[in-house]
Amino acid sequence: MQRALLELVLVGVVGGVLGCWIVLYELSYSAESLAHSLFPGLVLAALLGFPLVLGGAIGVLAAAAAVALAARVPGIERDTSVAVVITSLFGLGVLLALTPATPPGLENLLFGDLLGVSRGDLVTAGALTGMVLLVLALLHPQLLAVGFDRTTARALGGRPLFTDLSLLALIAAATLIAVRGLGNLLVVAVLVAPAATARLLTSRLVPMMALASALAIGCGIGGLYLSYYAGTAGGASVAGLYVLAYLFARFARFSGRHSPSSNVARGGSPSGHTAGL
Amino acid sequence: MSALLRVTGLAAGYGGAPVIDGVTFELDHGERIGVLGPNGGGKSTLFRVLLGELSPLRGSVESAGSFAFVPQTERSRLDYPVSALDVALMGTLSRRSWWRLAGRSERTFAREALARVGLEEKADVQFGELSGGQRQRVLVARALLQDAPVVLLDEPFTGVDAPSAELLEQLLADLAREGRGILIATHDLDQALAWDEVLCLNRHQVAFGRPAETLTRRVLEATYGGAIVPLPGEGDPVGILPAHHHHDHS
Repeated sequence: MQRALLELVLVGVVGGVLGCWIVLYELSYSAESLAHSLFPGLVLAALLGFPLVLGGAIGVLAAAAAVALAARVPGIERDTSVAVVITSLFGLGVLLALTPATPPGLENLLFGDLLGVSRGDLVTAGALTGMVLLVLALLHPQLLAVGFDRTTARALGGRPLFTDLSLLALIAAATLIAVRGLGNLLVVAVLVAPAATARLLTSRLVPMMALASALAIGCGIGGLYLSYYAGTAGGASVAGLYVLAYLFARFARFSGRHSPSSNVARGGSPSGHTAGL
Repeated sequence: MSALLRVTGLAAGYGGAPVIDGVTFELDHGERIGVLGPNGGGKSTLFRVLLGELSPLRGSVESAGSFAFVPQTERSRLDYPVSALDVALMGTLSRRSWWRLAGRSERTFAREALARVGLEEKADVQFGELSGGQRQRVLVARALLQDAPVVLLDEPFTGVDAPSAELLEQLLADLAREGRGILIATHDLDQALAWDEVLCLNRHQVAFGRPAETLTRRVLEATYGGAIVPLPGEGDPVGILPAHHHHDHS
């Protein structure tokens, strides 16, 4: 139980902080695709007995190569070929994970196994979390400038390509951190939902990151206890609470905006219109 | 090289026919050049080439130093969680190692730059909550912090209230007095008359020179393509019917 809680704290912090950048850079779908595309790598690593991190790294590289190759097939549009590759890779991974011939426990990579997190898993997750947070701290000025205004960023001394690639690599690392507890299917929930919720509630970046992390950890712990006492699947309970929190915040903001006594001086709605002149 | 910027026979495009062609001009220390032309006439394309975003198809660009760029604030993201100070601070990015956060001295410089554009009290306000004119001034403050010898401004007066416009005009004069070179894309002919030189672009270079001599009726017709309409009044005044608005390549 303790290990599950610690895992949730690590996952929550990474999901909250990195998630804010994913939402601001509109990378939610890319995060989903990336998480799914490295799945067969994880399965193979588990089957053959080498570290998940290695499997994940190989999975990402294999997926990137497959996408590049598929793009060369004449007559197919680029996004079609990417979708076909990602879905096929994911399907392959699921096949491997769920066939009767596979040793039991591998389906946990798909659905998560919060209570089965081992000490080794925690150490790896802890190290990866530290690395992700450090890189995010170092890249903060770049991420801020490039996300705000891509075309001027280069003139200012920014490096858009480097920033994009770094974000993708960090998403891959975050997937590896979260896959043990939440499963590959639902990893993207922690990367998107808490940050999207926090964005509805605050318009300043550092509070957004803090709020997203707090939400992610809070819903994580809530989901864990829910699954323990109600017998529901761990990863799914956590993800379910993330979504509920988002819906609640959305509703609260919607009704706040429409109540006659509310002060609707909110700057920066997602539609991009400014308040007043 | 005595000039800050020398462009010779420049042509550039986006993979088809060139969008601008035959562009030749020089920018000296302390000069303000107004870049005139219709939407889609190539002003933004020229800026892209100068900033290194687009490679020239023909011709050359020689510059004595770096460029600071002030884009149109209409294109800004208003939903981004940054304050006016955060945006201004982005101007210091190239002056420190990429991994370092802005330190106290940079924050002080940023506040000074905001004060210079008259926005020191708004430093901690969310960028998206400022008015159009205020946002444009923040983008100018960001460019000031880059401390570059050449400053490019893309239609900085569009959609900007009168007090902001006045302040901007004053700032441009100050920057010129400091010895910087300034290129301003504008639709305002009256303004351009007060500057040192004008560059008229309509997919090719129509004219370059001092405004009083260059802005003849023929040049204006060639530049704006639309009808030149004589207006009633003394001294043969004219008005230009706006050309069809269409998006330029951005």
